[in-house]
This record gives sequence, C-alpha cells and structure tokens, in this order.
Amino acid sequence: MKRAACDLWARCSLVVVVALCLSGNVEAHTQKGEAIGFLTGLRHPISGLDHVLAMISVGLWGAQLGAPAVWVLPVAFPMVMALGGMMGLIGIPLPGTEYGIAASMILLGSAVLFEWKPVLWVAGALVAFFAIFHGHAHGTELPPGQNGLLYSMGFVCATGLLHVVGISIGLVHRWTWGQMFLRLAGVFTASMGVFFFWKALA
Amino acid sequence: MNCVRMKRDCLAMLATMAAVFCLYPLPAAAHLNSTGMGPIYDGLLHFFFSPEDIVPVVALALLAGLRGPEYGRRALFLLPASWFVGCFLGTMFQRAASWPVAAISFLLFGGLVAANAQLSLRTMTVLAGVLGLVHGWMNGAGVRWSFSLVGVYTGLVGGIFLVVALVSAFVIKLRPPWARIAVRVAGSWIVASGLLLLGWAARRG
Repeated sequence: MKRAACDLWARCSLVVVVALCLSGNVEAHTQKGEAIGFLTGLRHPISGLDHVLAMISVGLWGAQLGAPAVWVLPVAFPMVMALGGMMGLIGIPLPGTEYGIAASMILLGSAVLFEWKPVLWVAGALVAFFAIFHGHAHGTELPPGQNGLLYSMGFVCATGLLHVVGISIGLVHRWTWGQMFLRLAGVFTASMGVFFFWKALA
Repeated sequence: MNCVRMKRDCLAMLATMAAVFCLYPLPAAAHLNSTGMGPIYDGLLHFFFSPEDIVPVVALALLAGLRGPEYGRRALFLLPASWFVGCFLGTMFQRAASWPVAAISFLLFGGLVAANAQLSLRTMTVLAGVLGLVHGWMNGAGVRWSFSLVGVYTGLVGGIFLVVALVSAFVIKLRPPWARIAVRVAGSWIVASGLLLLGWAARRG
C-alpha cells in the first residue's frame, strides 16, 4: 500500500516536472515572427524538413565514417553554416540557394546509402560547402528583433543538436540490421532531396 | 531497493523545488536592474542575465580547463580582477566601444576552444586580462558613478569567479576523450553564434 502511494507520488512528480518544462514564456508586447530569444532561435532550424534531414544526415554520415569524422563534420557544419547565415544577414547574395540545399540532401543521402568513405578533408570540404547554402537560406529568413544574440545561440544549438540526433541514430551502424536501416535512411533523404530539387525547379 | 527509493525521493524533491520556483513569480523587471536585495545581488544577476558577457567567460574557462589546473588558477583570479578594473575605467571615461565586442570575443575564445589551442601560460594571462578589461569597460561605460557601484561590480566579478571556478574545474576533471571533444564542439558552437552575432551587428549598421 505504502509502495503504491510512493509510485503514485513519483509519477505525479514526473508529470509536474514535464508540465513545468513545457510551460511557455509570458512575452509581453512581442510581435509574432520576431527574433525574441533563445526559444525562437531553437525552433527555427527544425521548421523546415529539408534542413532537418540534411543536418541529421551529416550526423549519420559522420557515424558511418567513425572517428575523427564523427566530430569533425558536426563541428564544421555549424561554423560554416553560421558564416553563410552572416552572409545572408548582411545581404550578400548567393545564387541557387534552394538548389544547393536540395543537392546537399541528394549527396548526403547518397553518401549514407553507399557508405561512401572519402578522405577526411574531402568529407569536411563537402559538408562545409553545402553548409553555406543552408546558412544563407536561414540568414535571409532571420526575422528582425531585439535579441539577435539569444536567437543566434538557440539557432546554433538546434543545428548542433540535430547533428547529435544523427550521430545517435548512426550508432546502430555496429549491427547488420542497423547498417541496413542507415542505408534506408540515406535512400529517404536522397529521395526527399530529389523532391525538393524538383520543387525548386517548378 | 534503496537506490530506487532514493531516485524517487530525488525526483519528488526536484519537482517540489520547481513548483515552488514557479509559484513564486517575481515582477517582470526590464533590464534586470534591481533584485531588491542590494547592489551585490544586482551585479551578480546582471552578469548571469547577460549572455554577451557570460558566454566569453565560459569560453575562457573551457579553454583554461582544457589546458590544465595552472591555467585554471590563472584565469580564476586574473579575469575577475581585470574585469573589476575595467568596470571602473569604463565608468570613469564613459566611452563605449563602437565595435562589436561580444561577437569578437565569441569568435576569438570560441575559436581557441574549438582548435584546442596549445597556448602558453603567458598568452593565456594576456587573453584573460584583455577579456576582463574590455568587457568590464563595456559594463561600466553605461553607468554613472555612485558609491553603490562598488557593490554592483563586486557582485558581478563574484559571478565571474564562480563561473570560471565551476566550469574550469569541471573540464579539468574530464578524462574520456569524447568528453574533451564535446568541449571543443561547444567552442565551435560559440564561434558559430559569434558569426551570426557579427551579421546582426552589421545588419543594424
């Protein structure tokens, strides 16, 4: 009886913790779509499927390649993406951004599908090249607001965490079924890349 | 069995603490100037609610932690001291820098952490001194002199001391290679935030 009460108390506590974590901020006088803080920045990269799939694929590919690529690629991507974001913010044009993003999905998806293992600098350069397009697209879309710093930090953290998600999923590579699963994920990403490329052309 | 009970108790305690915090709302205070608890706490909270200050301090502490205990000790005492001096100089001269100080600090210190730069102790000393003086100056430049500022600045550098002590000690203790790589990844995130911040600064003109 005592144990049941204890279980109930623990479950209730867990619900309270989850509910408190989910509670939103009270944001007086803010306008929708403004760069108001960390959470809006955190939400931005996960708002587009093309970005999400590409960033997770970077993590998957890194996990397939193993050390040191597993951490070099996720380090290179956010830094170069931020450089692209800065270009977008200050208005430096980059032609074919949407094509670049779609091509990144096709290439990264294919790399995961075929377990392509180039030398480290080639993999790093490739990821960095495509990161420019992702960053530029984000930079031109970034809304005006009074707290660009917190927004940027949220934005970078979300990008990095998507890589971490990719790496975590990629850990299944050690099993045969996991290798097959990753290849299927590569097929899915590449297919979505073709879809987004076609959409950009249309 | 005891372990399970301890976990449950811990969870319950955390939930209770979170509930108490949420049920004890404070008035929304723009610019977080006043805690109502005196100038020392005002200074302390100002630091903890200023990401443009706390992130470079964390980056320096990460760097010191990666290099070892001697670097940690140097940063621990030098950074708060130079910050304190910088605050008074800023208040005295009342001239804020026109260049994006925070973005440059993010890029410099984040980059050094990401690269796991093998700095000499002398270079580390200079970097900590410059960081403290420049950011302290920026903190002090916007404030008019009053005697309570001594308390505000004391609280502020107290916060810096605390952050450097905790972060560098945490990193020094890290032994697994992946954990040290995670620290370097955090450095790269700081660089990326700095680049975007530079973009925001350029956009505002």
